[in-house]
Amino acid sequence: MEQIYLAIPLAPLLAALLAGLAGKWIGRVGAHCVTILGVATALALSLWVFYGQVFEGAPRYNATVYTWLVSDGLSMQIGFLIDHLTALMMVVVTFVSLMVHIYTIGYMHDDPGYQRFFSYISLFTFAMLMLVMSNNFLQLFFGWEAVGLVSYLLIGFWFTRPSAIFANMKAFLVNRVGDLGFLLGIAGVVHYTGSLAYSDAFQAAPEILKHSLVLFNGHAWNAMTVICICLFIGAMGKSAQVPLHVWLPDSMEGPTPISALIHAATMVTAGIFMVARMSPLFELSPTALSVVLVIGATTALFMGFLGMVANDIKRVVAYSTLSQLGYMTVALGVSAYSAAIFHLMTHAFFKALLFLGAGSVIVAMHHEQDMRRMGGLRKYLPITYVTSLLGALALIGFPGFSGFFSKDALIEAVGESHAVGACYAQWCVTAGVFITAFYTFRMIFMTFHGTERMDAHTREHLHESPWVVTLPLVLLAIPSVFIGWFTVGPVLFGGFFDGVITVAPAHDVLGHLGHHFESPWRFLLEAFEAPTLYLAASGVALAWLFYLKRPEWPAKITARLGPVLSILEHKYGFDWFNQQVLAGGSRLLGQAFWRVGDQWLIDGALVNGSAKTVDWLAHATRRLQSGYLYHYAFVMIIGLASVLAWFLWRA
Amino acid sequence: MIGLPHFLVLAGVLFSIAVAGIFLNRKNVIVLLMCIELMLLAVNFNFVAFSRWLGDLNGQVFVFFILTVAAAESAIGLAILVVLFRERRSINVDSLNRMRG
Repeated sequence: MEQIYLAIPLAPLLAALLAGLAGKWIGRVGAHCVTILGVATALALSLWVFYGQVFEGAPRYNATVYTWLVSDGLSMQIGFLIDHLTALMMVVVTFVSLMVHIYTIGYMHDDPGYQRFFSYISLFTFAMLMLVMSNNFLQLFFGWEAVGLVSYLLIGFWFTRPSAIFANMKAFLVNRVGDLGFLLGIAGVVHYTGSLAYSDAFQAAPEILKHSLVLFNGHAWNAMTVICICLFIGAMGKSAQVPLHVWLPDSMEGPTPISALIHAATMVTAGIFMVARMSPLFELSPTALSVVLVIGATTALFMGFLGMVANDIKRVVAYSTLSQLGYMTVALGVSAYSAAIFHLMTHAFFKALLFLGAGSVIVAMHHEQDMRRMGGLRKYLPITYVTSLLGALALIGFPGFSGFFSKDALIEAVGESHAVGACYAQWCVTAGVFITAFYTFRMIFMTFHGTERMDAHTREHLHESPWVVTLPLVLLAIPSVFIGWFTVGPVLFGGFFDGVITVAPAHDVLGHLGHHFESPWRFLLEAFEAPTLYLAASGVALAWLFYLKRPEWPAKITARLGPVLSILEHKYGFDWFNQQVLAGGSRLLGQAFWRVGDQWLIDGALVNGSAKTVDWLAHATRRLQSGYLYHYAFVMIIGLASVLAWFLWRA
Repeated sequence: MIGLPHFLVLAGVLFSIAVAGIFLNRKNVIVLLMCIELMLLAVNFNFVAFSRWLGDLNGQVFVFFILTVAAAESAIGLAILVVLFRERRSINVDSLNRMRG
């Protein structure tokens, strides 16, 4: 088995190296063939592992394959932990990645960086697989940083655009903030357990709970709370939670396939996956869980609002990603880890679908992303339209679609929770349903329905994308629609994650819900009694009213809501704060150090100062050297006289 | 009766005149050389006076040496002066300040 587990991440790595280093020799076709082959191999093996784990009941695999180094008893290893959670993540990652690889053939076919792009996305697949398959914190951190690196490279893929360079730098820096917290969390674990392995950390968790740390003016904090919050700060950076979410909307500067793969479906869910994986730690700290809950709820609702005013089609989808990540975080906060992972999975399919659909629209529109210049694309792009519509329905939680099961279960789980902040979170996620429905269908209506607002030249060239683009759309639409139906029972209520995810009996909201769960049918029927469905429906209705029936209304309303709109258009001022206060402040501080410390003190006083003193001294002594003989003689006589006088006076 | 103090005062006066000459002279390097000679003569006076007073001939022998050295010195000094004049077309003391810092 070990060879198979090794082969899963190494196949994409090999493909990435081939496409990246030998891209010139193997050419464009060679590059996409080799990377698709690599990822397809990984997918096939992942499916096989998944089948073995889930259907044949293979035991969970936890072993080290290579010891990198041992230092002071701390061994740094590469190892795999394969269980249901890992197997599920592996399948999701490789499947979405394969779809994106195929799609990229069409999307990037006239880009000069074709081979480089394929190399990067394969490398990303490798890094993400290393992250999810890890059995220790070091490898987790390696994967974490590696996906961050690839994300950086891909956001700045079109490196001649200043906006892309700004965006990738921003993503990198914001992630550094999160990574610092993550690293501190790992350091905390190592400090208390002396080991990097998950199993040791989980075993020692009750021990860690007994320690406390004194931080910030002498408040004693439980060590577990500190560790969990630090780890969650890492998750906030990677999974773009408030206030470290600012990089994700800007990351849309990258090519659309990577927005789908990295910034919607897989990498940004790394934080969610990590917290679920660390459930034995998080369960012990209700404080940390409440922090997770409140931050997730804030992200879920307030980022959704931003989606309502964005006009760039990719940004709308990006804000919806932020909002959905908030939903997953809320689920983590109420200890419904399974619900979070379930939503992660369904979201990966339908959000990748929506992004790729948006990409298809963008290509058809000759790289026009502003929805105000689209409209009526339904008849030009039928396949894109139908698949995007399915993705949108899944996103808003239309009954029976995958998003419905995951989101409804998640909201119900929040309702069951008694954690601190659960009330706020429930309010946020319920309101979020309406918002989600509104902005999603606003996007669909503005893009595919209504009057055609593009110019004549673009309209003449509108045509459906090639099959390499539409095939992934169709293949992603299938799970987006159906997967919830088959998986909701086993994954959420059937003990799929038994022994993988630990939930304290007191917080076991899903177990509580599970008592009422009979079948997906009943679940579906019960939805008609809950307010969420009607909220979603009214969101769609409102979008229809505003953007199809009475397109003049939004302008009138926005004119009335000037201040609110201004807050939303400025994205609550996070960017302003970061750029003016944090970046501006550090620049100001740096300038002060430069002016006072470097220029004035070191350059002025020390370096040039000593030279100036010598120079001044030399000038002064130079005055003495008049060059006139009689001056020297005079000095000699005076000297002689004073020496004599001194001798006489002493004698 | 002329005693030792008279000689010493004379020598002191001669020496002081020489020093004054070095300082006051702004025109001519030859005057400087002459002043140096005068200083040496003042010293010689002292030697001779003390030699006589102490009854020790060594002092007078020393005077001969000093005179010889003074002669050699003025020869060298005048030679330098000639070269200096050729070089600078002047023996004006105020213009001889090339060593100025």
